[in-house]
Amino acid sequence: MELISILLDWFPYLLRGIGVTFGLVLSSLGLGVIIGLPMALGQVYGSRLVRVPIGIYVWFFRGLPILVLLFLFYFGIFPGLGFDLSAFVVGAVVLGLRGAAYQSQIFRGAIQSVGEGQMVAAQSLGMDRLCAVRSIILPQSMRIALPGWSNEYPNILTDSAVCYAIGVAELLTRASQIVAQTYVTMPIYLAAAGIFILMNYGGMKVLHMIERKIAIPGFGSGAM
Amino acid sequence: MDQIAFLTDILLPALQKGLIITLQLILLAAPFGFVLGVGVAVGRQYGGPVTRFLCKVLVYFVKGCPLLLLLFILYFGLPSIGIVFSAFTASVFGFILCNGAYNSEYIRGAMLSVKDGQMIAAQALGMTRLQAVRTIVLPQAIRRALPGLSNEWIYLIKYSSLAYMITVIELSGAGKLVATKYFTYTETFMAVGVVYLFLVTLTTLAVNAIEKKYAVPGMIRG
Repeated sequence: MELISILLDWFPYLLRGIGVTFGLVLSSLGLGVIIGLPMALGQVYGSRLVRVPIGIYVWFFRGLPILVLLFLFYFGIFPGLGFDLSAFVVGAVVLGLRGAAYQSQIFRGAIQSVGEGQMVAAQSLGMDRLCAVRSIILPQSMRIALPGWSNEYPNILTDSAVCYAIGVAELLTRASQIVAQTYVTMPIYLAAAGIFILMNYGGMKVLHMIERKIAIPGFGSGAM
Repeated sequence: MDQIAFLTDILLPALQKGLIITLQLILLAAPFGFVLGVGVAVGRQYGGPVTRFLCKVLVYFVKGCPLLLLLFILYFGLPSIGIVFSAFTASVFGFILCNGAYNSEYIRGAMLSVKDGQMIAAQALGMTRLQAVRTIVLPQAIRRALPGLSNEWIYLIKYSSLAYMITVIELSGAGKLVATKYFTYTETFMAVGVVYLFLVTLTTLAVNAIEKKYAVPGMIRG
């Protein structure tokens, strides 16, 4: 009985972590598109001078564990540059920079899967390269990229829990705080796990619905 | 001058100790993760209703909840019901579960790509189901799953760093201790990062060679 009252007392505190976790995930997905898409375009259409730095960026951010990236930026790089950022902002930015590295490769694959002939055809109709990319290549490739891109959601969601290490008050941090306060361990951790799992599969359901809506007609949905 | 002394006398010895623990974590978890992956995939595909259900729950739970939370459950949670692991053992168990769950998805996908007719043909030749799975389906499936499995090995290298969060002083943990003590965050974590990049790049090259060697002849590789 005591256990139930403890759970009820602390549950609202835990639930507020959902917003924080969600904020981390959304800003990471958003930054991933904003930075990742230009990087993908640069890797496909850019000169060597553009491609090589992007390649190094992707190699660096995909090769390091998220924990090391968080420590590096939170304790090292940002304070070293004189930025005094909150743990949440650092967490969101680092997840976003890393997400951009992963997502740029998804976008790159999708852009390359649009036949080269279309670019040639667009240019022969008098479009310049930029116009062809914007109005011919991207509308198709973004729809092709969507299934792969939505698979980033569960990855980022589960990675966001590592922001515990720099003290962002997301779900896992709050669960650990409650455990330290109440000495109730398993029920709290399992409740947090349940919330993560619901967010994970619930979010995927929504993303699949969107995928079906904007799939290229006749291409089958999500079968890529 | 000072910098060099810091590097050779303090940072590198600490990272070397950490690296050994990291390698122990990875090398212990990877083989068992592979075995668990095969077991769960076969269980979900050919098991009875109960086995199938249990395997499915395991995969959904492990894939749905963050690995860090899984480690907390294993290390901080289980003692409350009387099961006590050392931090190192808990980490290895966590990595095996995580690696195994993801591996099983790749292997199951690959098993589905082996045509049903082969199972029927094998049984027509007098093999039991188990024999057919072991000698006909799995050898093909594992080769087809290899690109996915090697991705998971690379992930394993990176998420082995999470063991530090439950007090295992592996590579990142060793780095964190040095960085905090000598206030050299950027340098130290860059050095730690270089070691991880080296491990990941080396593993990528190795698995590419393995993939090429074990690719099914005549199949076009993606």
